Amino acid sequence: MTMLPASTERQLGLAIDLDTCVGCQACVTACKGWNDQGQGGPLSDQDPYGADPSGTFLNRVHSYQVQPAEGTAKIINFPRSCLHCQDAPCVPVCPTGASYKRAEDGIVLVNAAACIGCGLCAWACPYGARELDAAAGVMKKCTLCVDRIYNENLPEIDREPACVRTCPTGARHFGDFSDPDSKVSRLSADRGGYALMPEMATRPTNRYLPPRAKDAASTASPLAPLLDIQASGFAGWLDKVLGKI
Amino acid sequence: MHPAPSVILFTVLSGLGFGFLAFLGAGLVLPQPGLNALLLWGLGYGLAVGGLMASTFHLGNPRRAWRAFSQWQSSWLSREAWASLAALLALAPVALSDLLGLGWPRGFGLVGTGLALITVATTSMIYTQLKTIPRWNHWTTPLMFVTFALAGGAILAGQTGIALPLLVVLALALLAHWQFGDRRFAEVGASLATATGLGHIGALSVFEPAHTADNYLLREMIYVVGRKHVQKLRVIALICTVMLPAVLLSLGQGLPFVALALLCHLAGAFAARWLFFAQAEHVVGLYYGKR
Ligand code: SF4
Ligand code: SF4
Repeated sequence: MTMLPASTERQLGLAIDLDTCVGCQACVTACKGWNDQGQGGPLSDQDPYGADPSGTFLNRVHSYQVQPAEGTAKIINFPRSCLHCQDAPCVPVCPTGASYKRAEDGIVLVNAAACIGCGLCAWACPYGARELDAAAGVMKKCTLCVDRIYNENLPEIDREPACVRTCPTGARHFGDFSDPDSKVSRLSADRGGYALMPEMATRPTNRYLPPRAKDAASTASPLAPLLDIQASGFAGWLDKVLGKI
Repeated sequence: MHPAPSVILFTVLSGLGFGFLAFLGAGLVLPQPGLNALLLWGLGYGLAVGGLMASTFHLGNPRRAWRAFSQWQSSWLSREAWASLAALLALAPVALSDLLGLGWPRGFGLVGTGLALITVATTSMIYTQLKTIPRWNHWTTPLMFVTFALAGGAILAGQTGIALPLLVVLALALLAHWQFGDRRFAEVGASLATATGLGHIGALSVFEPAHTADNYLLREMIYVVGRKHVQKLRVIALICTVMLPAVLLSLGQGLPFVALALLCHLAGAFAARWLFFAQAEHVVGLYYGKR
């Protein structure tokens, strides 16, 4: 049913830390690896080893440069995937009921068996979170690894989205944003987590944690006192001799 | 947005078809029983249904298209499916009566006229509803679609008296759509700064693309070629859709004038509809530093 639920019991999502993300693309690879065989079926590639490769991905990592008014430019790596919006515009536009938001945990999913591949949901998403699978002709998107997080066949440590589990710097955090005491809610509150493109009125669940202000580089080197050592004794004699050669 | 030929064909032809059916339903064109009725009603139905068929080429899974009827409560695409079916069904008895000269009362015809115009409006709402494409997300979009259907229908109906004022309204609607549209993206205020939330740190630019190869987003929503000749195309579209048909219809009645006016109008309509897509910028382009 493509009516949005009035409210959801929980609101699962990600907090993504732009301070720690190093742009290694491990989450992109882990996401593709898991979801290629997961809930949404394979994520096809076209001409993967040829001259013009193209493929379906549910998570992409961009790199931006930001130039502050003073000081040097900074590079900020920026993972982009479905934000599991509370007012998800991708859901009500769907003519078939394939796109839906779960009332129990707020996850936005596509029922691949009902999708006609009209692409309208991808048009409605401001964040480019949906990609049409060219082989299957159906829409693919982040499932928040719904087939991992509740999967009792997996060890408990693995019951989180593949991107979160794999991130080597711990830049991605998974949890319930409807609980103000959850790890992600507290993290977001402490770090000033924010929503993307608020002007689109989608009320995303996922939060981005801004890069921390970097310490200003001190102009005085901490090694400065060592640089001005006057050689004496044997070293002084050596210095003199070598200086004359 | 990628100007997919199937969608351009669909919106132009089915718009014209439903516009013409609206005239037939309202009894503004009264075909002679027999061949004349068959040709006229066949043309209306053919354009409308042919356009709808063309739209299914845009689908990844056309075999499941029937499922699009299920979500009329929330989805404009679903409402369009229902409206078009209802219009085609409501007009069927009127077409039959005209065809066989039965002289049945034309009540259904007026209902069909309303439904045909509602169908065009629902089509336009599919585009208008999208906040992500500011140029479309404006009241001039439905105005432009509905006047296109009415003006095209009037030309096809050979109703010069009705067609001329409608063509003037169409010209104004197109101009308004372009004028407002050019300002919409800035008005909405989406930028790389709001897309990333990093604007407070400093001036942002794309350092590296997220992927070096092509993807669905770039192909479908980030169409940046061919905007160079926008102004020329707009002038061509206006001359062909509005001015030439107006001149031709004023010069004379009869099939040759109507046919020529219609051809010019269609050529202009295709140009205008191509622009409608090619010029529409989706906010996702911001992430790629492209619009
Ligand atoms: S990020 Fe896009 S696909 Fe995900 S819920 Fe929001 S609008 Fe829908
Ligand atoms: S592409 Fe599939 S999921 Fe998306 S709106 Fe169309 S039918 Fe619904």
